[in-house]
Amino acid sequence: MRIALFITCFNDTMFPGTGRAVVDVLERLGHQVDFPQEQTCCGQMHFNTGYRPDAVPLVERFARVFGEYDAVVTPSASCAGMVRHGHPVLAEEHGGPDLAQRVAEVTPRVFEFTEFLTDVLGVTDVGAYFPHRVAYHPTCHSLRGLRLGDRPMELLRAVGGIELVDLQAADSCCGFGGTFAVKNAETSGAMLADKTAAVRGSGAEVLCAADNSCLMHIGGGLSRQDAPVRTMHLAEILAATEGSGR
Amino acid sequence: MSDRGVVWLGSPSFPDAAREALKDTQLRANLKRATSTIRTKRLAVASELDDWEELRETAAAIKRRTARHLDHYLVQLEESVTAAGGTVHWASDAAEANRIVTDLVRATGEREVVKVKSMATQEIGLNEHLAEAGITAYETDLAELIVQLGDDRPSHILVPAIHKNRTEIRDLFTAEMGHWGQPAPEGLGDDPAELAEAARRHLREKFLTAKVAVSGANFACAESGTVVVVESEGNGRMCLTLPETLITVMGIEKVVPTWSDLEVFLQLLPRSSTGERMNPYTSTWTGTTDGDGPQAFHLVLLDNGRTDTLADTVGRQALACIRCSACLNVCPVFERTGGHAYGSVYPGPIGAVLTPQLVGVENAASLPFASTLCGACYDACPVKIDIPEILAHLRAKVVEADRRPLKPQALAMKAAATVLDSPRLLATAQKAAAIGGRAIARKGRIRRLPGPLHGWSDTRDTQAPPAESFRTWWRKNREGDR
Ligand code: SF4
Repeated sequence: MRIALFITCFNDTMFPGTGRAVVDVLERLGHQVDFPQEQTCCGQMHFNTGYRPDAVPLVERFARVFGEYDAVVTPSASCAGMVRHGHPVLAEEHGGPDLAQRVAEVTPRVFEFTEFLTDVLGVTDVGAYFPHRVAYHPTCHSLRGLRLGDRPMELLRAVGGIELVDLQAADSCCGFGGTFAVKNAETSGAMLADKTAAVRGSGAEVLCAADNSCLMHIGGGLSRQDAPVRTMHLAEILAATEGSGR
Repeated sequence: MSDRGVVWLGSPSFPDAAREALKDTQLRANLKRATSTIRTKRLAVASELDDWEELRETAAAIKRRTARHLDHYLVQLEESVTAAGGTVHWASDAAEANRIVTDLVRATGEREVVKVKSMATQEIGLNEHLAEAGITAYETDLAELIVQLGDDRPSHILVPAIHKNRTEIRDLFTAEMGHWGQPAPEGLGDDPAELAEAARRHLREKFLTAKVAVSGANFACAESGTVVVVESEGNGRMCLTLPETLITVMGIEKVVPTWSDLEVFLQLLPRSSTGERMNPYTSTWTGTTDGDGPQAFHLVLLDNGRTDTLADTVGRQALACIRCSACLNVCPVFERTGGHAYGSVYPGPIGAVLTPQLVGVENAASLPFASTLCGACYDACPVKIDIPEILAHLRAKVVEADRRPLKPQALAMKAAATVLDSPRLLATAQKAAAIGGRAIARKGRIRRLPGPLHGWSDTRDTQAPPAESFRTWWRKNREGDR
């Protein structure tokens, strides 16, 4: 199986450790992965902010760069959702019939990381060891966009040494929403305040999720409050092994 | 466009209105309590039905089919209502609807009307219009009464006074009821039962004297001409039976083809809206009946932007709305800002997609952005309106309508698109961000961001971008391997 990584422009720039963690886990499971250098971005920001035509070249690029792989794996539920739900819309609205065709071919092969592990590889125990108290935040795009359901928790439950704690009102939005956090900064801040209070109340040392964007938002709030909670992408927990020092 | 009502004139944009609303901690506490109670109830009663998902699917299908043949069903409705002794009027916008209703009331010679809670008459601003014509409209729904007594605006579809708690309501009753009729009893407490009793006494004299009633409609059945109103308090039923003349104002999208279609909606609506298995009062009437109930019945069919909305194949989904308010109660944005921030008769997620379509996106341009696209509304909606999809669709329309090429956001989006379409430029930008970000960071965190990003940095730190991007790491550590 030829596996390509779609690391996403945001992770690539701000959270390269998540990409490295994905590589670690997949190689540990015996798979060879590729990172096509021509990849950039899924176009979500342009799509969600109303600049749809600007996102079309990114859709074309995505279909071109990833078209030849058997599977495309991404550690971002929201970008996976954009590819799955947004690319077909853009291709139909603004692209030629050829683009729609190529998009239709590639999108079924695009998987969010936890989906890929559980559904495609059929693994839940990835041999991780992480002796910490962890809370999982189901981001809106993993919960309602991709319907990841229990997959992330199944993977987390199989991690050695981990102590999973409950998060109050886990399924409420953290208030990030891309440009929403800038355009409606105060409303976003009010939502964030409730989320950080829940995180602190959970007693977790680490908060994890399948989207670094939401984690950056929540982590930014926790940092401002000097709260003793770290945020980590779920892939980084799955990559941790005894003595790895993560 | 301004004669369509729907938006409150002079309302600030959503972010500005929300900023003000967020300062009101009492409001936030009231909203949180009210929405979370009803949210829990809704989930419990929806999960009791094992065919809930099928019901949603069926409801969505009925609405889709009706919308496709709306002209046919409306003409059929007109024929059925006329045959049953009613009169049908067509109103293309708010002004025309108001004129029709005012003329109808004038023709009766009355100066007072009692009202059943109705979104459509809110939408057209009927009460204000009647007042100008010297006619007083009395709201009889408890929450609408609270809004009316407070000279306030509704902030929720189902519970227009959700922003008020019972102490605030008690004070309002005590201060205002006397100006409108029967005053509140001496020493009124803030117990819900006591408040309801005060309202009941206040309203009773109106019911017994009113000769004209104005209502909305939840549904109207094309095949039989039957109009349906569902409610919890029984005030609607009083208005629908006691007066001599009944005038109903109804959005044209409320028509359903057959009586049996109602079965689906009457299961979905109460469970989604109040979290009850069945609503306490379901009133149906078909034209007029000799010697029983109103002897004159007028049905005003209101367009007011609906046929324009129908022309948009993505946006028209919003016309399927049965005004249950489930989307408001699960919306994290509504929960913090309340309904007034939307500046419209239709607040919350459905308002954010319906209002801009009814009045034109350029007249409510901030509303499609008043959401994180979290999707909770879509999951809650009993007729499966994909609200996030419509929001994203309308955002594109807002951008299209505002074609200022030098708008900072447009420039930024263009620049980003250029960078993101080139791995080489992206790598350069990553280096610049890493250097720039690390320069302004203290201990790895950035406290204050420049320009339009400052709102973000009021409550959140930003981590400094790491020195090495993933693609650089990959080139160094993996590319050489192969
Ligand atoms: S959009 Fe759906 S959930 Fe919201 S009020 Fe309408 S029917 Fe109810």
